[in-house]
Amino acid sequence: MTNLDVRNASLTRSNEQIVENASFSYSSGEFVALLGANGAGKTSLIRGALGLEKLSNGNSHVDGNPISSLSAKQKAQKIAYLPQMRTLAWPVSVREVVTLGRYSFGTGKIKICEKEAVNEALHKCKLDELSDRKTSTLSGGEIARVHCARMLASGANLIVADEPTLSLDPYHQFQIMNIFLEFVSRGGGVFVVIHDVQMAAKYASRLIWMKNGRIVGDGSIQDTLNEAMIERVYGVESKISGQEVTLFGKRPRSKI
Amino acid sequence: MRWINPALILLSLTAIICACFIGSTQLGFNRIIQAFLGGGETGDQIVVWAIRLPRALAAFLVGATLGISGAALQGLLRNPLAEPGVLGVSAFGSVAGIASISFGLAAVSPIILPVAVIAGALIATSFIAIAAIWTRSVVTLILIGVGASSFAGAVTSLLVNFAPNPFSLAEMMNWVLGSVANRSFHDIALVFPFMAIGLTILLFASRGLSVLTLGEETAHGVGLNLLRQRIMTVTGAGIATGASVALAGAIGFVGIVAPHLVRPLVGYDPSRTLIPSALLGGTMLVVADIAVRILPSANELKLGVVVAIIGAPIFILVVLQRREFS
Repeated sequence: MTNLDVRNASLTRSNEQIVENASFSYSSGEFVALLGANGAGKTSLIRGALGLEKLSNGNSHVDGNPISSLSAKQKAQKIAYLPQMRTLAWPVSVREVVTLGRYSFGTGKIKICEKEAVNEALHKCKLDELSDRKTSTLSGGEIARVHCARMLASGANLIVADEPTLSLDPYHQFQIMNIFLEFVSRGGGVFVVIHDVQMAAKYASRLIWMKNGRIVGDGSIQDTLNEAMIERVYGVESKISGQEVTLFGKRPRSKI
Repeated sequence: MRWINPALILLSLTAIICACFIGSTQLGFNRIIQAFLGGGETGDQIVVWAIRLPRALAAFLVGATLGISGAALQGLLRNPLAEPGVLGVSAFGSVAGIASISFGLAAVSPIILPVAVIAGALIATSFIAIAAIWTRSVVTLILIGVGASSFAGAVTSLLVNFAPNPFSLAEMMNWVLGSVANRSFHDIALVFPFMAIGLTILLFASRGLSVLTLGEETAHGVGLNLLRQRIMTVTGAGIATGASVALAGAIGFVGIVAPHLVRPLVGYDPSRTLIPSALLGGTMLVVADIAVRILPSANELKLGVVVAIIGAPIFILVVLQRREFS
């Protein structure tokens, strides 16, 4: 059981308030989706929570330990992180990328148990046959799976993924979300930033809504997924029935 | 590929042995073998043990150091064009060397020159590493390196301009052109500890270079201490490059060409690029130095000049090929 607890987090960049007094907590077994318009501060909140950027106020704890007291390796063993920027510098093999997920367990030769963890992660993400391929020859959907496998291989109990389905077709989006769902069903915890409200409603057990750097909603789908919230957060009209979300958008008003 | 390191070791040994056989004085096969084993004429022994072997070893060590430093900087900056020569590290090292000669510091103690050169190289490497944090653009970084290189070149010109006499002028030009002619075991022994320290640091930092393939943010996410990785790579490459410049002056492009050739053979993994790049870089310089000696010319060609003439076009080729996986 692992827990990430963020209290009263504020983050300022060049005198701009990016995140303001945000608090949330999530643990193993939960599937949380963070929703909000572009520029709402979602990525900054994650980066602050993970200690990648200094919070101007508030704090973040992993299993009760302040995030700043943990080394990069200790953090990596608790939380696997997928940032938005995930360009690979060199066309290394799929297996190599997934193996790098085990970095926090040692820098020397890969041991047998490490190989097993890598093989298992490759298998879960349906990459067995692609394991020796160069990442430069893969499609966007395949690359996304490689990153998921890299996170699974780390053995961390929590996953934090910033737009994991970015620029993927619907089929591959479902594929990635299914990998996460399976991870949660085995006791892991997932926290994803996602723009597809419908997808969030389908997979997540809890939604956190952000607007202008503040958390404006945090709770179950029944409690927080409603037309008023979508209008407030995204500024678009919608119709919701159960988990079905239809967005209408806002048409520009004709001046004639 | 498992055969690459043994194959390159064999290749480098062959090159070093060939270098002992080839030179301006024609000695027969038997005479050289005898001299090698400590027999034969004293003159032959001097040619092999005091001239050719140290020269070949110096070329190998300089090439190996530049090769591994290039590979490590490329891993750190995630860019195949990063190299001690292109980034101005060698030029800063050599300008520090020239300055220490020019101001008479080098005459105080033999250790001052290599230390000054290494300090110059470390300053340049740290500057580049800071610039790399500041700018995310690879092109900007290379241009900063080019700027730093030009600045070091300008300071060199200034010092050459004020050279007090033709002798110090000639000595200064040796630093700019780069050569391993007339290097002795004593010269090698003076810089070898620095090379060894630099290379050891780089080898310790090698796995982290592989992790950087994922990009800095993800690398931190999988547990890499970014600051320590930067400091180790910059220090290792700075000390190693500085030591090589102290021995041979500024020799460019080895650090680009060797890793570039090695990379596809090791699956593009930065950590596995280091040792083969060192071996290939060393072999390349030994071969280039043989070429320098056997090419007919009135004055002896300088190694750095020949390497730059071959290396610069390859640099352009690497730039053009970058499209492949960018």
